[in-house]
Formats: sequence, structure tokens, C-alpha cells
Amino acid sequence: MQATQSIEKVPADKGIIQRTLRSAAWLGWQIESNWTDPLTFLIYSVVKPLSSAAILVVMYSVVTGGQFDNPVFPYIYLGNAFYIYVAAVLNGVSWCVIEDREQYRMLKYIYIAPIYIPIYLLGRGFAKFVFGSLAVFITVSFGVLFLNVPLDLARVDWLLFIVSLTMGILMLAMMGLTLGSVILLIVNNVYFVGEAVAGALFLFSGAIFPLDILPTWLQPVGYIVPISYWLELIRRALIGQVAETFATFREFSNIQLLAILAGLTVLFTVVAFGVFRYCDHQAREKGYIDRVTNF
Amino acid sequence: MDRVYKNTGWRLFLQTIIGRAYPRVIGLLREKSWFFFDVFLPVISVSAYVFIYRAIGAPDVFIGFVVMGGAMAAFWLNVLWAMSSQMYWEKESGNLALYIMAPNSLMAILLGMALGGLFATAQRALVITLAGSLLFNVHFEISNYFLLFAVFMLTMVALYGLGMMTASLFLLLNREAWHYANLAQEPVYLASGFYFPIKSLDFWVAVGASIIPLTLGLDAMRQLSFAGGQELGFLNVQFEIGVLTVLCVVFLFGAKWLLNYMERLAIREGRLTDARK
Repeated sequence: MQATQSIEKVPADKGIIQRTLRSAAWLGWQIESNWTDPLTFLIYSVVKPLSSAAILVVMYSVVTGGQFDNPVFPYIYLGNAFYIYVAAVLNGVSWCVIEDREQYRMLKYIYIAPIYIPIYLLGRGFAKFVFGSLAVFITVSFGVLFLNVPLDLARVDWLLFIVSLTMGILMLAMMGLTLGSVILLIVNNVYFVGEAVAGALFLFSGAIFPLDILPTWLQPVGYIVPISYWLELIRRALIGQVAETFATFREFSNIQLLAILAGLTVLFTVVAFGVFRYCDHQAREKGYIDRVTNF
Repeated sequence: MDRVYKNTGWRLFLQTIIGRAYPRVIGLLREKSWFFFDVFLPVISVSAYVFIYRAIGAPDVFIGFVVMGGAMAAFWLNVLWAMSSQMYWEKESGNLALYIMAPNSLMAILLGMALGGLFATAQRALVITLAGSLLFNVHFEISNYFLLFAVFMLTMVALYGLGMMTASLFLLLNREAWHYANLAQEPVYLASGFYFPIKSLDFWVAVGASIIPLTLGLDAMRQLSFAGGQELGFLNVQFEIGVLTVLCVVFLFGAKWLLNYMERLAIREGRLTDARK
């Protein structure tokens, strides 16, 4: 009787969001980092993003003869650097479903724990966001220090940068949650879904080339992709003078771009929780929560 | 009761190769959606790199280089994820102990995986090449079909030999295996010049990268396939063929030796069934 009373005094949902977020983020951090010693982990964190950026640097320099002062170079370089967030956050949140269901086979236990699943997934994604931030920082710093990327800290529009970055990360997390929810219903090929989405967005978001380069009939796709607006805002905040030289979004002011990004973030938040609600229900009904493919 | 006939010796070796290659080949027919993703994702990457070259006004030959690099990347991914780290996956799924217990050669199992993987990946690479060529209007000017075929086959033998050799190292790994395989992906794209001529790198860096068979293989294939490819080539094609031949021998014998050594070590240290998530 006493035990029942004490349970009633502490409702299960009190502080559930903070508790879930904190525990999930800590779990994510442990999964991401404790497979090796700190030195190997540091090398892993540095080599991967720099190799990816170096491919673009070599491609650019072999054709232009190393003209890093051309505005195209910082456009490509920074777009590629910040796209790391897309793979880390969008793919990261959705990948948690695959990891927990297929690899660790823990999803069913997570489901019966007193936590809120969408917040758990977002919390797991938070660790990937931290690692993504490290990779972005390393890549951008390398570009500024060794490749003449014209990023002058005194000229950066910090307010625009922080607001855009925050909204963009939130939007990516919501896109990740949407994707993760859909993955709950997919049994086969789950490993490819996040990669396919991130790959398609890479092509159509103007991350590594201006959208005008796409064939005319494909360009509208680039204007639908929300990441295009986010990357443009990041470029304007960091290297405004360079971003102005590209015609793609010239007709939009910063405020207009921010309004579009804010609208899309709200839209994706509503969509993400709606899709999760539906997919979660369907996955429970069909018994997909603990189904594994053994691949 | 009739006595069951069992193969031994080279017949068993051959039977094992066929047995292990079978699921790789037949998997291609059973799960057709894999084929779609295996082609779709590289075509997306290839397209992105082609548009970068267009954005910076690169000559057309670079577009062909990217398409060929994208197709050959399929082999690297296959070797990395389905050869080198395969022993780790087998350990995770509990098959590795069965492989060791079965009265057949582990080398034959690896050869079977290599042949099956090569066959399945070749189809993907062919479709990527065709799709890339059609989408971006790539013109091939093949100067010598025989040499091109020889370079391709030598590259594949050396590459899958490398995969078999590194597979034995993965016998000892646990959770870190996934991260190491993941780590090897982009740096090899860079070092082997998948999306640019390897000549663009520093000479000694390119020499060092030549330990990966795809570096010289890709360079020689580009020289033989595109007008203007020779000017962008790293070394003479004949010399590259010679190096690839040496790599074939070294990697295949290395695989045999290392596999025996690592198998003994893994058994001694009890790591064959130690699947730490």
C-alpha cells in the first residue's frame, strides 16, 4: 500500500522529456565514442571529414590550377562542410531506429521503458549532432587556415548565423524523426533509406554547386528542398560578400529566407510528430518493433 | 545403408567456393531492390561530382573520369563491406564458428565470397557506367580492348586479394570493425583518385596510394578509355600492369599466410565467438 502511494506521488511523466533527452543523449555519446581509445577516436573524427573535403579541393585545384580566390571555391567548400550536419542529424536520428532494432535489438525494451520515444530518438541524434559539429569545425578551420576560404570572424553576421544554424538543425532533426518513423514500417532495405535521402538532398540542395548548374527541368526540385535555403543563409552569414555573387537566391532578402526556413521548420515539426504517431501505431499493430532482418 | 559420398581435396575446395559464391549471386535475384539502391546511390554521387566539374568549367574528359570512378567505387564498397569486414558480420550473426568447424578451407570460403561479390558487383558497375554515360553524354575512345580487359581483371584479382587479406585482420575485431571500415571509405576515394586523375596528387603520395590496386587500375583504365586520358595518366600503362601483377601475387599469398596466422591467433585468444556489440 505504501509503495503504491509513493508511486502515485511521483507521476511517471514528470520531467519525462528532459529525462529522456538527457539519457538518450548520454547513451548516444557512449555508443559513438566508447568503441576505442580517445586518440583513435580523434583521428577517426578528423580523417573522415577532411578526406571528403579534400576530394573536392583536389577536383577544384586540378581544373582551376589552384585558384582558391574564385568565389566558387568557398561556395563549394562551405556548402560541403555544413552538409555534414545533414548526414549527422537527419541520418543520425533515423539511424537510431535501425541500430536499436537490428544491431542492438533493444528497441522493444526502449518501447517498454517509461520514456517518450520521439524525444528518445532526438536525444540519440543529439550525440551525432555533437560529432557533426566537431567535423564541421575541423573542416571549416582547415579551409580558413590552409585554403584561403575568406571567412573573417569580424565580418561574420553572428546573429544570422546562430539563428539560421539553430533553425536548420531543428529542421534536420524533424526531418530525421520523420524518416526514422517511416523506417519503423520498413523491414527490408532500411540501411539504404537514410543514405538515399541524404544523397538525393546533396544533389538538389545546392550544397556543392549553385542550383543554376542543374538542368533547367531539375532546378525547381532544388527550390523545394528546404536545405537549399538553410545553406544559403549560412553562406550569407559567414561569407556574405561571396554569397552575393551567385544569382540563385539573389531576389530573396535575409528576412525572407529566414521566414521561409522558419515556416519549413514549423511545418516539418508538425509533420514529424504526425508521421511518428501514425507509423508508431502501424508498427505496433503489425509487430514491426522487434522484427529483424539479420543483415 | 548407402554410404554418402563426400568430396575431399581440390574437389571440396571447389565445392566450397561455389557454395559460398552461390548466395552472393542468387541474392542479386532474390532481393532486386538492393540492385536499385546499389545503382541509385552511386549514380547520385557521380551526378553531384559531374555538376561540380561543370560548375568550375572542367573539360569533358573529367566527366568520363568521374563516371568510371563511380563505377569502380562499387567494387571498393563491395570489398570493404562484404569482404574485409565480412568475418566481423559472420561473427556477429554466429556463422563464423560454423565456418571454422566445417571441414573445409577458410581460404575457399573467402574465394567464394570474392567471386560471388565480383560477379554481383560487376553488374552494378556496368549499369552505373551505362547510366552515367547516357546521362552525361560520355564519349569512350578505347585504344586497346585487350589491355583494358587485362587491366580490369588484374585490378579485380589484386583488389579482392587485398579484401581477403584484410578479412583475416577483421577476425580479431569487434565493435570497432564497423568504424574502421567506415573510416577506410572516403580516404581511399581520395587516395585512389576515384573522381580525379591520380596524377593531380603529389608524386610520392600517388606512389604510396598505389598499394591500393584501384589506384593504378583506374589510372590505366582511364588512359585506355578516353581521348586525352594518356596526358592525365600517372605512369605508363605497361608499367602499371606490371605493378598490378605483383600486387595480385603479394595479396593472394599474403591472404593465405595471414589467414592461417590470424585464425590460429583468434582461436588461441577466444575471439571467434566473442561478438561484443
